[in-house]
Amino acid sequence: MNSIQIQTPGLLTTVQDLGREGFGPMGVSASGAADPISLRLGNRLVGNLANTAGLEMTLLGGAFVFPEGAIVALAGSDFGARLDDAKVDVGTSIEVHPGQTLRLGPTRSGARCYLCVQGGIAVPPFLRSASTHILCGLGGFEGRPLKTGDALLIGSASGPFRKRTIAPHISEHLFPRKVLRVTSGPQLEWFSESSRHSFYSGTYRISEQCDRMGLRLEGAPISQPHHRAMITEGVSLGAVQVPPGGSPIILFVEQQTTGGYPKIANVISADLHRLGQLRPRDEIRFELVTWEAAQSLLVEQEKRLASEESILE
Amino acid sequence: MRIHLSALTVPSSGRVKKASEIGSRAHNPLPMIQGVQFKPASDQSLLVYFGRKVTRDAHQRVRKLLHLLESKPIVGVRNLHPAYCSLLVVFDPLRLRHGDLENILSDYLRRLARLRLPAARKVEIPTCYGGEFGPDLEEVARLHGMTPAQVVELHSSVTYVVYFLGFVPGFAYLGVVPEALATPRLANPRRSTPPGSVGIADNQTGVYPFSTPGGWRLIGRTPTAMFRPNQKDMSFLSIGDRVCFTPISAAQFTALQNS
Repeated sequence: MNSIQIQTPGLLTTVQDLGREGFGPMGVSASGAADPISLRLGNRLVGNLANTAGLEMTLLGGAFVFPEGAIVALAGSDFGARLDDAKVDVGTSIEVHPGQTLRLGPTRSGARCYLCVQGGIAVPPFLRSASTHILCGLGGFEGRPLKTGDALLIGSASGPFRKRTIAPHISEHLFPRKVLRVTSGPQLEWFSESSRHSFYSGTYRISEQCDRMGLRLEGAPISQPHHRAMITEGVSLGAVQVPPGGSPIILFVEQQTTGGYPKIANVISADLHRLGQLRPRDEIRFELVTWEAAQSLLVEQEKRLASEESILE
Repeated sequence: MRIHLSALTVPSSGRVKKASEIGSRAHNPLPMIQGVQFKPASDQSLLVYFGRKVTRDAHQRVRKLLHLLESKPIVGVRNLHPAYCSLLVVFDPLRLRHGDLENILSDYLRRLARLRLPAARKVEIPTCYGGEFGPDLEEVARLHGMTPAQVVELHSSVTYVVYFLGFVPGFAYLGVVPEALATPRLANPRRSTPPGSVGIADNQTGVYPFSTPGGWRLIGRTPTAMFRPNQKDMSFLSIGDRVCFTPISAAQFTALQNS
């Protein structure tokens, strides 16, 4: 089998696919790519199925040697990639010749860049998924972020190299927005009118404490509802929960499955991938949409992604 | 698309529908689904509340609905997150809408009364209390005016119920801790807790399966692994199990850990 040698891993690089669903009753959250749309597009560029495992890099990329060569593509944010000495564009498939090194640097745009390889990253599945669950040390490559000297196997693949590029209108659509659209959270009515108002009118900064479990926000604190006893309940991906300190936390892919803080809002499905591109100190605002709008925005987005014009050959 | 802020003053209860109301539309309200409330949690999930109190009855109904949904899955449902008196149903928003799911779930809820659950398993968790294994034991004893030995005796005298698993893989929420032992969480949660740590938070007790941050008061530790990725039943505990903590010595802890 062909392989990838990790010369330097970058800040936090893990094996991810689209996650494992259906294990909530055991307390296992779905995990998976923080920006699943970029992973899906990257996989299409190299002719893989959408759920094929790739490498997720965070803020600072690594250096990867391909002793036997490979067909690869980068998707998501621009980490200033170079193949040996040549510049590599994000969103375009490239052919790596045996012995070449793909080197990435610090991000020039959002938080995450995906390296997809024709054939995918081959790791033993855990609960039907290749995704790394960092907190529990499960899944992915030995249940952990990659280290210098690791050697990853590439799944068997066939098919000649085909130059494919993500269409510019799709990339524009993916660019991180300053506004996250949300629907009302299950405890919205617990919050006073002034709390709701400050939540929707305020600007929040992504704190340094942001990872795959959750994104902590800094900004005008939201007063906790009084005289309400919250009973621990199941929590959704993208839930905006408000702990007693008043600084909201957005629950993310490696989330806890249940929680005891009231939720004021929930990021809509069509914007979840954008959470994966938010960096510490980025500023965001929230905009409330109706349930109908949330669902039609997702349908539109999926239609756009599924269209043949989304990938140029 | 944007909703004017004034709309926020309207309670979101527009989407809240009691299952009993669905029943009453058919002029045939069924007692089993009375008191059940649906509430959208996100555009891809729906909370099913069995009342708003932690009771054995609510727990039994959560277990029954979970059991039914696991044995007869609904197409388009992706995940289930059970809790004390609620079940979060996560679905594919491209295949289902809240209303569709509420209708299907109402049929499931009508079947709960007739459903018989498998008998609960009885499980023992050997636990070494105090010392380096339970750094908060003395503090918990002091807060309740007891000796550490009395805390151990009380904690290990109760048969607990696994209300649900949540938070992280294999973490079981066990209840009910006797009132005399109920202790609030630490004001400053630990950045990490050793795996196997047995903790108390209010009237709940539980075992940390992994080294995670946590605010529960740690009174002991078990050598039994709570999450075993290489075994068929990965989670040592399942919803509905009856659990006892058995005090062991440090020497027994080491022996069990090495066995």
